[in-house]
Amino acid sequence: MDGMHVNKTRLIVIGIAVLVAFLLPFVVGSYRVFQFNLVLVYAIVLLGLNMLTGYNGQISLGHGAFYAIGAYVAAIMMDKLGVPYWATVPAAGLVCFVAGFLFGFPALRLHGHYLALATFALGISMPQILKYKGLEHWTGGVQGIVILKPQAPFGLNVSQDQWLYLFSLFVALFMFWLAWNILRGRIGRAMVAIRDHPIAAEAMGINVAAVKTLTFGVSALYAGVGGALGAIVVQFVAPDSFVALVSISFLIGIVIGGLASISGVIYGAIFIQFVPNIADEISKAAPWAVYGLFLLAFVFLAPKGVAGLVQLLWGKAEASWKRTRAQKTTLQS
Amino acid sequence: MEAFLHQVFSGLANGAIYASLALALVMIYQSTHHINFAQGEMAMFSTYLAWAMINAGYPYWIAFGLTVVASFFIGLTIERVIVRRVAGAPILTLVVVFIALLVILNSITGWIFTYTIKVFPSPFPEQPLFGPYISSHEAGVVGVSLVVLLLLFLFFRFTTLGLAMRATAENALSSRLSGIRVGWMLALGWGLAASIGAIAGMMVAPIVYLDPNMMSGILLYGIAAALMGGIDNPFGAVVGGLIVGVLENLMGAYVVGTELKLTVALMLIIGVLIFKPTGLFGRHFVTRV
Repeated sequence: MDGMHVNKTRLIVIGIAVLVAFLLPFVVGSYRVFQFNLVLVYAIVLLGLNMLTGYNGQISLGHGAFYAIGAYVAAIMMDKLGVPYWATVPAAGLVCFVAGFLFGFPALRLHGHYLALATFALGISMPQILKYKGLEHWTGGVQGIVILKPQAPFGLNVSQDQWLYLFSLFVALFMFWLAWNILRGRIGRAMVAIRDHPIAAEAMGINVAAVKTLTFGVSALYAGVGGALGAIVVQFVAPDSFVALVSISFLIGIVIGGLASISGVIYGAIFIQFVPNIADEISKAAPWAVYGLFLLAFVFLAPKGVAGLVQLLWGKAEASWKRTRAQKTTLQS
Repeated sequence: MEAFLHQVFSGLANGAIYASLALALVMIYQSTHHINFAQGEMAMFSTYLAWAMINAGYPYWIAFGLTVVASFFIGLTIERVIVRRVAGAPILTLVVVFIALLVILNSITGWIFTYTIKVFPSPFPEQPLFGPYISSHEAGVVGVSLVVLLLLFLFFRFTTLGLAMRATAENALSSRLSGIRVGWMLALGWGLAASIGAIAGMMVAPIVYLDPNMMSGILLYGIAAALMGGIDNPFGAVVGGLIVGVLENLMGAYVVGTELKLTVALMLIIGVLIFKPTGLFGRHFVTRV
């Protein structure tokens, strides 16, 4: 399984990736920093969705709803209650954990298509709920809420964008470490067992209901943390930023990146951040056409996503390297 | 009381549209157990075809007929070219393929016809013909839906092809063994579903106006209707559609207000799935280990 066993080379690769991620905001322009910041945000959300859909087999077409809840919790806390930005992130995560856990109960009774339907409905109806007049005092209605960008603390000599990026990077690293620990342990194996054969999993003593609802909760927590960070980065929340297509683009992210893969969510996040930008130059409709075509191509040609392709190439390179080394030693002896 | 009756009648008209879309969903679900998330976008695309034909100067009913036929072939092609290849795939793959179809159809339509909202004509006269409670368009929608239902009923009940399609839905293996070309029956089912969806699209477009995202809400109600009636029962889909239409209108008018109508659909979907997953008229299935 990808990302589960740590050997020396993998550790080096991860180390280099983290180093590059740290240095990135100091070598690119401030708009690019903003874009990469969103990549981190999406990576966190996709990681949560991949736990639910990739590892646990529960399809969600409505994760944009939890993303929206996280964003709104952060925005309302900052704007209405004056809470500092860093404190809103765990709070948004907690609120979404509870929301996801509660949604996980009805989800227990829904399998496959039906769960996809129910979450799809959740995603479509979310903007309407956010526009609801009764909540307007808190949510700002159609107008949404504008929030201020935080300053770098401790007199650090970095711009606001750079600081926010570094903050997001810290949160993302923590969330990845957490996910890696959950997924390689007992609970992670239980999640995969439930996906592959729920009845057998139950017969082996796994509490299917508990693991599934918990996974839903944790997955929503990730979406909430991502949502809170996203709101702070974009400095704005409004109902129309959370349409059903947001949920769909998250699903696209994990399919393209690679289902049931930790590293895959990074490729997925880069894809959903940059490909629409590039395709946008062709036509307003192009991003979604490109999304759709990529989805079909990946489903038919590379069902394990980019992570699967990378692993394939890596394996081939490693094998050929070993072969040449073995040949050398035999020649020498 | 008058306002109430008005709400009920316009609910029935909306319900007839939801019923058509639900019928299209059921048509595909019955034979392959796939829920077609792209059904709404297929209908939307067909409606744009009709709009283009009407704009090119064709009379309404000619454009209507041509659209229904064209949609049939579009549905057929989608089944033969794309859906066929993932027929036995895991559910996640299927959902992803349908979502891909959804976004592709949506963006192609936006690409060809732009995202500006367009007015779609209604073939029915402006002035109300059937009393004060229902507009002619609403009455016409109900009438068209009833005609579609009747035709479908006659087709499935009295033609050999209809019988073959029913047999395929019932038991694909036995049908194949008795010489029915199962693959083509499934493709025909997709074609029919696309045609029914197209009619629903053309009926709803004068009410919600034509734009590439017009069907997302309608699809939600269609799904709610199909689930309520039992997703494998065409008769149930129609009853479910009418119930959802009336319920939606009454809830919107008297309980939650018009802004939360979609949430009513969400609650209906989740409620039905939790408390009565087979719907009102669905069959119970026993899963084997």
